Amino acid sequence: MLRGFDRLFALLAASLSAQFVLAEEQAVERWGVNMPKGVTEVAQTTYELHMLIFWICVAIGVLVFGVMFYSMWRHRKSKGYKAAQFHESTAVELVWTIIPTAILILMAIPASKTLYDIYDTDKADLDIMITGYQWKWKYDYIGSDVTFFSNLSTPRTQINNEQPKNPNYLLEVDEPLVVPIKKKIRFLITANDVIHAWWVPDLAVKKDAIPGFINESWTRIEEPGIYRGQCAELCGKDHGFMPIVVKAVPQDEYNAWLDGRVASAVKMRELTGKTFTFDELFAQGEKVYNNVCAACHQPNGKGVPGVFPAIAGSKIATGPLNNHLNIVIAGSQVNPAMQAFGEQLSEVDIAAVITYQRNAFGNEMGDTVQPVDILNFKNKQ
Amino acid sequence: MAHGPQSGLKRWLYTTNHKDIGTLYLWFSFAMFFMGGCMALIIRAELFEPGLQIVKPEFFNQMTTMHGLIMVFGAVMPAFVGLANWMIPMMIGAPDMALPRMNNWSFWILPFGFTMLASTLFMEGGAPNFGWTFYAPLSTEYAPPSVTFFIFSIHILGASSIMGAINIIATILNMRAPGMTLMKMPLFVWTWLITAYLLIAVMPVLAGVVTMMLMDIHFGTSFFSAAGGGDPVLFQHVFWFFGHPEVYIMILPAFGIISAIIPTFARKPLFGYSSMVYATAAIAFLSLIVWAHHMFTVGMPIAGELFFMYATMLISVPTGVKIFNWVSTMFRGSMTFETPMLFAIAFIILFAIGGFSGLMLAIAPADFQYHDTYFVVAHFHYVLVPGAIFSITAGVYYWLPKWTGNMYNETMGKVHFWLAFIGLNLTFFPMHFVGLAGMPRRIPDYALQFADFNQMASMGAFLFGAAQVVFLFNVVRTVMGGRKATEQVWDNPQGLEWTVPSPAPYHTFSTPPVVR
Repeated sequence: MLRGFDRLFALLAASLSAQFVLAEEQAVERWGVNMPKGVTEVAQTTYELHMLIFWICVAIGVLVFGVMFYSMWRHRKSKGYKAAQFHESTAVELVWTIIPTAILILMAIPASKTLYDIYDTDKADLDIMITGYQWKWKYDYIGSDVTFFSNLSTPRTQINNEQPKNPNYLLEVDEPLVVPIKKKIRFLITANDVIHAWWVPDLAVKKDAIPGFINESWTRIEEPGIYRGQCAELCGKDHGFMPIVVKAVPQDEYNAWLDGRVASAVKMRELTGKTFTFDELFAQGEKVYNNVCAACHQPNGKGVPGVFPAIAGSKIATGPLNNHLNIVIAGSQVNPAMQAFGEQLSEVDIAAVITYQRNAFGNEMGDTVQPVDILNFKNKQ
Repeated sequence: MAHGPQSGLKRWLYTTNHKDIGTLYLWFSFAMFFMGGCMALIIRAELFEPGLQIVKPEFFNQMTTMHGLIMVFGAVMPAFVGLANWMIPMMIGAPDMALPRMNNWSFWILPFGFTMLASTLFMEGGAPNFGWTFYAPLSTEYAPPSVTFFIFSIHILGASSIMGAINIIATILNMRAPGMTLMKMPLFVWTWLITAYLLIAVMPVLAGVVTMMLMDIHFGTSFFSAAGGGDPVLFQHVFWFFGHPEVYIMILPAFGIISAIIPTFARKPLFGYSSMVYATAAIAFLSLIVWAHHMFTVGMPIAGELFFMYATMLISVPTGVKIFNWVSTMFRGSMTFETPMLFAIAFIILFAIGGFSGLMLAIAPADFQYHDTYFVVAHFHYVLVPGAIFSITAGVYYWLPKWTGNMYNETMGKVHFWLAFIGLNLTFFPMHFVGLAGMPRRIPDYALQFADFNQMASMGAFLFGAAQVVFLFNVVRTVMGGRKATEQVWDNPQGLEWTVPSPAPYHTFSTPPVVR
């Protein structure tokens, strides 16, 4: 019988091998059961440590459960087995204290070595500052002007099941972190509000982002590719909606990307002097609102009673412009959840979003705020 | 003085009888178990498939927080205190607990503490939403206003636990029957004695950390705010100095219950009694020096990482000794498999699996990948559900005939066991996989590749929930009536509790027995 099965399997494997392998790969992706091997040396060593300790546990488990199931099978009253009465043995107790201790010491050696490796953040080729915000990441490329926020790009409609979901549902962002391959990159990790944790499984980097403190970590990515991760520390309402996407590219591609970034930053600064029409501001403001404000104040501007105030008909959005500018640019004095967006958004975006808030959701204030107004307000402070 | 209980509601309000108070504790924890369980089912229903279907993220976070708090402080701890109340005096041949009035007080503040905690669900801004570990500053500057009520209810629960612990220590050290030396005490008594010391060591620390939160929120201090010169990581150190011993508080008494049940149904004395006592003491000591293994990713200096890694790995040695001792007790016994034994055996197997994943988590570099993922959720549910819940269940089936004088329904007990066993594994085993594959914990929605295992887990959770309804039904039926239990109930079980009639009279051991 068994041989028959074997032959059947061999036949199947031979004739369908190509499709079989493909199907298996897809199945593994769908039913991911293990830690990824990763694309850095540290990730691979971590994976090996994980498998080593796993197999040690399996071996001990087989032994202990083996004895247990054997005696459950053999030593039962229904089979007329008479109980022995032994209940002590110092020698046996010593054996099963000393052997596990020895195994642990053997295990501790490679673990400690890897740990030293992970902690060696010296001699980096590139420094990137990562700041966690509720609920997005900011990346600063130290030594250049390049700095940007990285937001979830999965549309709300997919989250609310009104549209089919993308393959990378909840693991996609508007601006990925772009890094060069085969370079030692040091991450300086901190947070602006609560504690977050920056985690990309393929890099085996997970480090808490703590407000007021800077943590260090590093990576050296061997293969170009896109690596996805998520915030790993509960950080409030949208903790599940602040993914991380790392795009690793060859050095020259990275240089070109960086130059493009610097150029667009210059262009953005020039735009600050420009006067926009109401429609331009309103349209841009809606985009910014949905990206930045809607998480708390809700897409319909109604807020969440008792937690997040409404924009629709609010005293600030329908009151004097200065108060509105102040709370958006400098943040709230009483509620830390309302951050100081003066440091986070460009003058254009702030002008646009304030224009939007004062005219959307039935607010109908009719005023237009220009980027220059924002600049003047900031300078006065 | 009356010899029987008072009648009506007064009996329960004024009682100083250890059996009555034990019963109150057990029913209260059973109610909390169902409440926390319903919250778990809301969580699992939302996670049945990707997308937001049933609850909003803010409510989801309230559910995970309240589920954790209620299960830890409302279900598991009071259940063990209830068992201690019922069993410790009977096991050591004492007429009652040493401090009966305090016993009444320590129970009756609990319902008020939990009413206050549960009332936050109806407050503006909602219930606590920062996880049962309530890390600052999410739980201070960024917390909903209800956090103040949460802090006060933690104070009340802590006071209750400390009083319970003092009572247990006073009882065990002063009221043992003549001849009952420390090294003759049943292991349940030993493990509870050690647990009680742990409680006294760490509950004040919990009270301290929530008080620091209260100061930060209302009185302008900055213990946990870097902007004022404080440190959010300080919170985690203080919390886990409480928190790690706390998880052992929820497992040590379980070791005692299992050490009573396995020998009874193997018809063979417990193997290595004294090594069991020493192992328990060793685990309790180690639990006080491993707290920062919950914080491997906060950016500790490497010396700290290494110390906490080594100390954590060491815990597996005394824990291993316990498992080996239980297996040796079973080996060459004459076993039968009544419901308590089934739960006890499942305890050993599943707790060992939770121990294995614990050992994996101890390896700091690997923990960087496991930390705050579903692998951790799988790990601690494997130690807490089969560990604490199964052992309590086993204990209830084991001693219920002694308490009520009636035998429970064995078939229904077995149905309960198999439903719970299958449901539990279906719920928590797949969580290992999604965790390793990269799913963070405490998220209301997840990426598509985690969908299949989450669906399995959700179905398992509802099965597990259904199993507990069978349990409730079986217990109620046994309390109401059923086949009469003998004095011994089981086949020659060891211990003084089996020398009194079933049901145990309202007052037992008014004259102390003599233990040889």
